[in-house]
Amino acid sequence: MRSAGLGAALLCVLIGTARAAEIPAAQRQSGSAFMSEATRAMQADDTSNPGMLSVLEGSALWNAPAGKAAKSCASCHGEATASMRGVAASYPAYDERTASPIDLAGRINACRQEHQGLEPFRRESAELLALTAFVGNQSRGLPILPPNDPRLAPHLALGKEIFDRRRGQLDLSCASCHNDNWSGRLGGSPITQAHPTGYPLYRLEWQALGSLQRRVRNCMVGVRAKPFEYGAQELIAVEIYLNQRAAGMNLETPAVRP
Amino acid sequence: MAARALIHVPKTAKKGEVIELRAMISHRMETGQRQGVNGEAIPRDIINRLTCTYEGVEVFSAELFPAVSANPFVSFYTVAVQSGVIVFTWIDDAGAKQVATAEITVS
Ligand code: HEC
Ligand code: HEC
Repeated sequence: MRSAGLGAALLCVLIGTARAAEIPAAQRQSGSAFMSEATRAMQADDTSNPGMLSVLEGSALWNAPAGKAAKSCASCHGEATASMRGVAASYPAYDERTASPIDLAGRINACRQEHQGLEPFRRESAELLALTAFVGNQSRGLPILPPNDPRLAPHLALGKEIFDRRRGQLDLSCASCHNDNWSGRLGGSPITQAHPTGYPLYRLEWQALGSLQRRVRNCMVGVRAKPFEYGAQELIAVEIYLNQRAAGMNLETPAVRP
Repeated sequence: MAARALIHVPKTAKKGEVIELRAMISHRMETGQRQGVNGEAIPRDIINRLTCTYEGVEVFSAELFPAVSANPFVSFYTVAVQSGVIVFTWIDDAGAKQVATAEITVS
């Protein structure tokens, strides 16, 4: 109820606002820059960042033998600090086998299915989030480097189209909030520029880690649109666009949000 | 999934110095007040006690209640008296214990 009322109030503000351009590179800021001092301090210290509990869990899963051949991720990939450094910075990437883009969580599940012969983890399950956070954490501090692959171009274009298209009962696009009103607040929450730099991240409100897809689905529900399903090509396209939009910004996985 | 714990204890300290200790553990802290999709009660499952000993002497303990968030984080202070082992122990409703230890060198 609360957010519905706020949404309506925001709508009044946004109607008639001319569409501003994309955010100039010099003005780009990570979501963390908008957070309170307390939230930033919590993120900055690895013994108070609750996301690090999942990274620890991910590290245990990385080393745990699984499947018929009792292979762990480490059996093939060795030390993640070396083999996974920089990997998350270039996802989503193009996947040859499915001839479609794949995000990091999907890539991890593909290894689980093909190389360990196991059922994929459910999207947003604690295990998949933990492994994704663990792999993501190996790229902390490294700049986002979207793959330079022409086969991703149509998906990037789709992602941008989704970002710019108004939707839902409130008839707002992602851009209405995150390009045109990023310095504003919505019901006390800073709107931010929607950069995907900290995902998966720990949200105090969720009392758990959550993926970028969860966040984007929440924003879709916020404008009372039907969210895309977890793992849908549209959500991966949005991820591709967000990564392109944030190219060169440093990864912070796992970030903390209120 | 097994619980994971993250603790912070300074590696070194001066004798008499006030030091901060921090302890966080992964736990869902199910309150016992919620219902599942079919209206059935979800049983309470929380960590209800945290204790901290310093070379065997209890320097801190806390009772935790259902209103405490998931993955409880506790920070407190003690005085560095001697080199030794600092042990954090969490106990949940089922009586299961989780332990994390760290060493401190006091000069
Ligand atoms: C009505 C305004 C609004 C619209 C429309 C909206 N968002 Fe958001 N979005 C927010 C707010 C507010 C937050 C921050 C919430 C918080 O942290 O409490 C947010 C957070 C985010 C974040 C997280 C950023 C971070 O640093 O953690 C991402 C990513 C995001 N939105 C993407 C999108 C996408 C993609 C769309 C379109 C499908 C969209 N948003 C539509 C208001 C909006
Ligand atoms: C039997 C060996 C094997 C196991 C076990 C395995 N992988 Fe892989 N993994 C590979 C190979 C080979 C590739 C290269 C891509 C491919 O499969 O064609 C790969 C690719 C990857 C990538 C993408 C790397 C990149 O640079 O794009 C990630 C991330 C990954 N694996 C994570 C995992 C995780 C997490 C696990 C454990 C759940 C795991 N893998 C288990 C063999 C394995």
